Amino acid sequence: MLTFKDISYTYHTSNGETTAVKDLSFTVQDGQFVSVIGPSGCGKTTILSLAAGILTPSSGEIEYGGGEFGYMLQRDALFSWRTVEQNIFLPLEVKKRNTPEMRERAIALAEKYGLKDFLKKSPNQLSGGMRQRVALIRTLAAEPDVLLLDEPFSALDYQTRLEVCDDVQGIIKSEKKTALLITHDISEAIALADKVVVLSARPAHVVAEHEIDFGDGSPKKRRECGNFAATFEVLRKELGI
Amino acid sequence: MKNKHNYSREHIAYLKKQRNKKIIVIVSRVLLLVFILGIWELCAQLKVIDPFITSSPSRVIKTIGELYTNGTLFFHIGITLAETIAGFIIAVALGYAVAVVLWASDTVHKVLEPYIVVLNSLPKIALGPLIIIWIGTGYDAIIFMTVLVSIIVCIMNMLTGFLAVDKTKLLLMKAMGANKATTLRKLVIPASLPVLINTLKVAVGLAWIGSIMGEYIVSKAGLGYLIVYGGQVFKLDLVMTATFILCILAGGMYGIVSLIEKKVNKTR
Repeated sequence: MLTFKDISYTYHTSNGETTAVKDLSFTVQDGQFVSVIGPSGCGKTTILSLAAGILTPSSGEIEYGGGEFGYMLQRDALFSWRTVEQNIFLPLEVKKRNTPEMRERAIALAEKYGLKDFLKKSPNQLSGGMRQRVALIRTLAAEPDVLLLDEPFSALDYQTRLEVCDDVQGIIKSEKKTALLITHDISEAIALADKVVVLSARPAHVVAEHEIDFGDGSPKKRRECGNFAATFEVLRKELGI
Repeated sequence: MKNKHNYSREHIAYLKKQRNKKIIVIVSRVLLLVFILGIWELCAQLKVIDPFITSSPSRVIKTIGELYTNGTLFFHIGITLAETIAGFIIAVALGYAVAVVLWASDTVHKVLEPYIVVLNSLPKIALGPLIIIWIGTGYDAIIFMTVLVSIIVCIMNMLTGFLAVDKTKLLLMKAMGANKATTLRKLVIPASLPVLINTLKVAVGLAWIGSIMGEYIVSKAGLGYLIVYGGQVFKLDLVMTATFILCILAGGMYGIVSLIEKKVNKTR
């Protein structure tokens, strides 16, 4: 379980200070998939960096039950000089858990999600959607407990986006991971999450939280649900667009 | 051309055209060289130019034969080659290490930056007399000069390469909990391999400048020495011959780096 309690964070540069986040509070339960949406530049990425411990809050507390984070970035950031397989092993090497068992499990995960024929290839030979899938498997390789996803689909074209969206949610749910995803795409937030947190403009605080219950369908199925459009409208108004 | 890939007629015609273009380029290169050497030799034979001052291809070949016969050809070549290669390796290795230190500590970098800029701008040949007095007139001084000429550029080039690493990838390493050493080993060094190759290319040229410059100032042997000595006693054949050999050696060294570059690019 991950809880933000009255978190504030201010960026300091020689040009001045910017408070990205102020008195922000929300909770992510174990096994829950939470989407965070908000206006552009409102501090969503800051929230993930705070969660991962890369940044320390200026004030407030982050309560965390323990376990490791996996951070998936906006761009796949795969290393072109390594094969797909070697890219997947990267977190194992860094965290010094590069055992044969961990590697086998990582390969099994990759094969389970359609990457079997691509393991020995160079990332350059893969399409954008495949690369993002590899990035997800890489994030999962060290078996983190919580996944932090920073607009992981924004660099993809729309069709690929819809497909990868389905894959990612499927993988996360079947591996029973907790996930915190930030996005500026309202329909994506609704399609993926169990709960949507709406942020205000900078300095960001929580404007509303919505529990999403469209059943256990895939994101594509959820988009077809009756109250999808209604929920979309509610969120759109809350974002003020 | 065997059509084992089952290309269309149009593609075969295209490939043929590409091959012909390549052949024309290679043939032209050879013809150009033959042409220049031919005109040179002809003008020298017809005394349109004075071969005493300009030498000629035939005289160069004769001089090479003479040097070979009295056993000094490979001696001089060996000396200059050894100085250059030693200086090259030291400059690249040391330059790389210093660049790593500057990358690792922003403070050290900022403190040393103006000094690096000055050392880079200073023509190292100005330090020649100082080096002779401090290090002497042996091979140490020449290698020192070779290193000096090359190292600053190596440092600056590699540092730029290190700092140009994709910020997203750096964030990725940080998010995985990597410390600076791990980030260096797993990301920065492999990512900057193309920059290293480029640095090698630049360093080849500079190393030759350094070693010849060193031989001009202090030596009693080597290709640079032959040029200076030949110039002083008006044996222009010796000067031309040494210059010609230098062209081959320097070009060859650069060619080796180019081959390494091709190999590296294949794996990326």
